Amino acid sequence: MSTRVSPSRYADPYVAGVGLGLVLLASFVLAGRGLGASGAFAAAAATSVRAVAPGAMRGNAYLMDHLSVGGPLHDWLVVEILGVMVGAFVSAKIAGRLALRVERGAHTSIGQRLGVAAAGGALMGGGAVLARGCTSGQALTGGALLSVGAWLFIGGAFATAYLVALLTRRSWT
Amino acid sequence: MSAPLPLSLATGSGGALAVAFGVGLGFGWWLERAGLGSAPKLMGQFHLTDLTVFKVMFSAIVTAMLGLFWLARAGVVDLSRVYVPETFVLPQIVGGAVFGGGMALAGLCPGTSCVAAATGRGDGLVVAGGFFAGVLATALALPGMARFYESGARGSLTLDAVLDLETGSMVLVVVAAALAGFVVAEHVEQWKARRLAQVER
Repeated sequence: MSTRVSPSRYADPYVAGVGLGLVLLASFVLAGRGLGASGAFAAAAATSVRAVAPGAMRGNAYLMDHLSVGGPLHDWLVVEILGVMVGAFVSAKIAGRLALRVERGAHTSIGQRLGVAAAGGALMGGGAVLARGCTSGQALTGGALLSVGAWLFIGGAFATAYLVALLTRRSWT
Repeated sequence: MSAPLPLSLATGSGGALAVAFGVGLGFGWWLERAGLGSAPKLMGQFHLTDLTVFKVMFSAIVTAMLGLFWLARAGVVDLSRVYVPETFVLPQIVGGAVFGGGMALAGLCPGTSCVAAATGRGDGLVVAGGFFAGVLATALALPGMARFYESGARGSLTLDAVLDLETGSMVLVVVAAALAGFVVAEHVEQWKARRLAQVER
């Protein structure tokens, strides 16, 4: 980007929340299901395992379940996540918020930030498989449907997130 | 005919995938609008400086819940055809706890890591890569943890059934809790801002 545009402010959180809720409602009405993110990664994982080590699929109900007929581009959640990336890109482009960067605390090096980011991502991956979903599929979707497991997930996730954030708060200052 | 439409029958799987893409567009748009593609902003939730995560999440939950409740009441939506995620008590508490620890380290969740990556953030891309590796490794290890993974199975259990409340009363309780939460959130942000101002002085 050659011209410098000062980025606009983020939307009011309640307005964005209602907007997000209407998208979730439209998904329930039109597709009979809510939002998701981890399912798309599970579909990609299942596709990778079948391509690289098809023997490992045997006896693995989880991977078999997440293997979509006709390839990952015919998987509902994979297509939805591609939409997420396009939607986010367009929103950031319009707001002048597109920029290549690594966001981190002032006293944290890029290497440290990326190392912790990878570890955090991997832990979330383990948690999302065990819990059968993440913040999108469990917390948002299951939460709106009053699913007991979704609210247990929200409680467990927020409790440890506060604890870990307390122990690591200096890495963000 | 009532919703949800059997889209795959009505328009072929192409119709269902078009809905998936459209829903994704809206999802990504609003996450980016709210600033949730930014790890420092998301961490404000856990440092109590910026409770956007809570406000966005719970206004979205309340909006979708109320919309679905009234559309079902009006006979527009057949709730029996909306998939309610199944409950597995222990795996979801433990999985949630592991997930939350990872989220506080990453500063992003899986959905927002995709938003971060799509808007040029390298840390978002790395979180998404780590998440993929974690899902892959855990999925491969899952047959060895089958007993734990399947423990506490309760089916599509909902809060109103557990608390023995009418669905309408349960919806009211969640709305009231969210509204109270919003009031508390505004106060916490102001209190934290005052405290930080005092420390700087």
